[in-house]
Amino acid sequence: MSEIKYTAADYKSGQPRWCPGCGDHAFLNSFHKALAEIGVPPHEIAVISGIGCSSRLPYYMNTYGMHTIHGRAAAIATGAKVANPKLTIWQISGDGDGLAIGGNHFIHAIRRNVDINIILLNNRIYGLTKGQYSPTSERGFVSKSSPYGTVEDPFRPAELCFGARGRFFARCAAVDGGPSVEVLKAAAKHKGTSVVEVLQNCVIFNDGTHNSIAKKEDREKNAIYLEHGKPMLFGPNKEFGLMQEGFGLKVVKLGENGVTEKDILVHDAHCQDATLQLKLALMEGPDFPIALGVIRDVEAPTYDESVEAQIEEVSAKKNYHTFAELLETNDTWEVK
Amino acid sequence: MNFKYYIMAEEMIVKELDDVVVRFSGDSGDGMQLAGNMFSNISATVGNDISTFPDYPADIRAPQGTLTGVSGFQVHVGSGKVYTPGDKCDVLIAMNPAALKTQYKFCKPQTVIIIDTDSFTKRDLEKAKFQLDNPFSELGIKNEVIEAAITTMCKESLKDSGLDNKSIMRTKNMFALGLVCWLFHRDIEVGAKLLREKFAKKPAIAEANVKVLYDGYHFGENTHASVSISYKVPCKEGKAPGRYMDINGNKATAYGLMAAAEKAGLQLYLGSYPITPATDILHELAKHKSLGVKTVQCEDEIAGCASAVGAAFAGALAVTTTSGPGICLKSEAMNLAVIAELPLVIVDVQRGGPSTGLPTKSEQTDLLQVLYGRNGESPMPVIAATSPTDCFDAAYMACKVALEHMTPVVLLTDAYIANGSAAWKLPNLKEYPEIKPPYVTLDMAGKWTPFKRNPETGVRYWAVPGQKDFMHRIGGLEKSNETGAISTDPENHNLMTRLRAEKVEKIAYSLPLLQVEGDPDADLLIVGFGGTYGHLHSAMDMMNAAGKKVALTHFKYINPLPKNTADVLRKYKKIVVAEQNMGQLAGYLRMKVEGLHLHQFNQAKGQPFVVQELVDAFIKIMEE
Repeated sequence: MSEIKYTAADYKSGQPRWCPGCGDHAFLNSFHKALAEIGVPPHEIAVISGIGCSSRLPYYMNTYGMHTIHGRAAAIATGAKVANPKLTIWQISGDGDGLAIGGNHFIHAIRRNVDINIILLNNRIYGLTKGQYSPTSERGFVSKSSPYGTVEDPFRPAELCFGARGRFFARCAAVDGGPSVEVLKAAAKHKGTSVVEVLQNCVIFNDGTHNSIAKKEDREKNAIYLEHGKPMLFGPNKEFGLMQEGFGLKVVKLGENGVTEKDILVHDAHCQDATLQLKLALMEGPDFPIALGVIRDVEAPTYDESVEAQIEEVSAKKNYHTFAELLETNDTWEVK
Repeated sequence: MNFKYYIMAEEMIVKELDDVVVRFSGDSGDGMQLAGNMFSNISATVGNDISTFPDYPADIRAPQGTLTGVSGFQVHVGSGKVYTPGDKCDVLIAMNPAALKTQYKFCKPQTVIIIDTDSFTKRDLEKAKFQLDNPFSELGIKNEVIEAAITTMCKESLKDSGLDNKSIMRTKNMFALGLVCWLFHRDIEVGAKLLREKFAKKPAIAEANVKVLYDGYHFGENTHASVSISYKVPCKEGKAPGRYMDINGNKATAYGLMAAAEKAGLQLYLGSYPITPATDILHELAKHKSLGVKTVQCEDEIAGCASAVGAAFAGALAVTTTSGPGICLKSEAMNLAVIAELPLVIVDVQRGGPSTGLPTKSEQTDLLQVLYGRNGESPMPVIAATSPTDCFDAAYMACKVALEHMTPVVLLTDAYIANGSAAWKLPNLKEYPEIKPPYVTLDMAGKWTPFKRNPETGVRYWAVPGQKDFMHRIGGLEKSNETGAISTDPENHNLMTRLRAEKVEKIAYSLPLLQVEGDPDADLLIVGFGGTYGHLHSAMDMMNAAGKKVALTHFKYINPLPKNTADVLRKYKKIVVAEQNMGQLAGYLRMKVEGLHLHQFNQAKGQPFVVQELVDAFIKIMEE
């Protein structure tokens, strides 16, 4: 971390070309702000993206950046981080890029726990190819490639992340600036793969997909902001809360049936056991609020650090450290 | 084979040979690879040249004693230079009937066959699908046969060793090796030393193997093994003085990559996914963490290459290794390196195709795939290693070209040279050319854009992330040559397409010219590329020795072609392009050099060429 104070402008470059009203604009603003607050110098950052609308993002960053190929951003980011661990790496992917064509790289990056921050901008549609259903589109979704509705179930990004042993999962709404900045800061702070699902609207091909949480007053009703160590309360007057019931969760109203704040679950993002965290991450309306904020944040050895540590450990034990010395480890014979 | 006879005191004829081919064969659990390797090392130690070829089954453990489970290892030992593991063998070790049945095709009438009689029971014969009780008469074998009850003798020898039966049975290969060492007057002490080194952590196993090795040797000595002759391969033509080791192509490739990384002062990054026959490069590099090598075994071939592109962007010497099926999957990320102009080495150890094809067998069928198998105009340098030891130099050069010209480079090897081994003079890195990547310099700050090029080479400058004042964005979309921003301008795309092609063409100025070997007034020019060099060279030698006028030119640098390619090819009236595919190099040369008339010799058997077949085919072409 340097002494210099950075501002959002230090991380900006170019003029975004997304459609007016696209959720990516709002996210980009939050991202610039968050980077300024985190304070890693722009030249120590690499933003690596795949293909899709959101993957254009590196061009709007005054950092090192690579706009790569469809689905492969996680693999490219992995190589960059392992080769150059000093870099801070942000990966930008959409739901198609990250979960369809790039699904394999997504889960394996998480499994390895490479210290990269994966931003998954989820608008539940293919925008750049003009409106086909994506792996996060709900069953029955009508699109150009599913005129009679899809006959398949979607992925839930959190479930994939947790299934791949994810150590950090957070969620924010692109239009919800302040909490987005906080979530990004937490992702940056976490060592290991951080996954941030950004609920983002596509005004052209899937307008309103996140309508239930699009406006502040809707979020108060339909979302819950989770904070580690805080009781899980939501509602315009924090009058609702979450309690455990059997193997599941239930929504309760404070004061009803004798429920007091003491009965409400307290969020533990650092709990190694991910069972409840996953339940929170999978909540959806109309019966449950959508969970926003840092849902899971636990420590584990990172891949890139382990690679370095192993090199150090093995190097200390071996008696050859140059190519000439390596040659000497072989059986040789002399011809005179 | 030229030889002379002389009589030893024991009245046994000793044949002195210029070269000899020994083929060890047995069940895949019989340790034939080790026995063959050791015989090769023992011979190399006395100054013979060596060339080896392991020929093992695709199955990890086929049912014991069956025809599909036979594992072979051929060693060619020469008093002078040997170029190939040899066509047919002078001695065949067949540890069971299945080996005899499948390997007999490698015998000549005068080949001596050694068998373990204990493994030729009725049941063994049935497993190998013999109909008669006598496998020799069934196969019509009239060769001289050394019969040794190897299993019985090993058991007897080690009955007090305390080893279990399984461990004792595993020493049979050393008995066979001892016997072969006697037959060739080899220094058995060298073999004992190798065993003690190999089993340094298991002294009981080491001593058991050493004891059996001597038993095999003494068995030969005491009985003269009922053969009329034994052999000597003296060390005649002095090899260049120096220290040597035995190395196979995959190991040499790994060594070349590490040497280049050290010379360039860069960390070596390998992104790879296991695939036969390339995996041994990953194995080798994964061992050498003390040289700072980073190996990532990725989730798939795609990630292997993609992660290497990421590593290249981040400033490493980035490599991905694979075989043909893997290239199909890597093509997309290889192309990203083309348009982003990042250094990357892609090693393709070719095997039989298409699709999964023949995973353990050798072919040269990926040439056009690596040259042209990508979308768009995608020029990519291609270098083809010509022998197991040349894999080192070729890998080194692939890294040098990639780093200095900011381009992905394909290194083609094949299963035959990857697994084959030869004596290799330890290189002195000081004698290798410098590797100097075109890094941005501080004075460029402010004026630099990602595609600012060196006017002479057309190479862009490399700004490794982490440096102030050089932040930039690259990627798979076409960029403006001037500003580095995304550009769909027709003129710019046309320009960038040409600039990328010219950059690769200009590499030829730094590459060696095409050489011609053999008769300067040749009536026939043999043309080949990559791993067939040894066989084509041997064919040329054989034909020239028989009074034919033949020359050979062999391509190691395929894209760009050496500057004098057209001049060389246009000099000869008759040219034959011999390759292990259906004519990919021939087609490429026709496209690159107008007006050529080329004859073709094409084979795709998964096996190395047979020199005699080449000679027969070339003579026919000469007589046409």
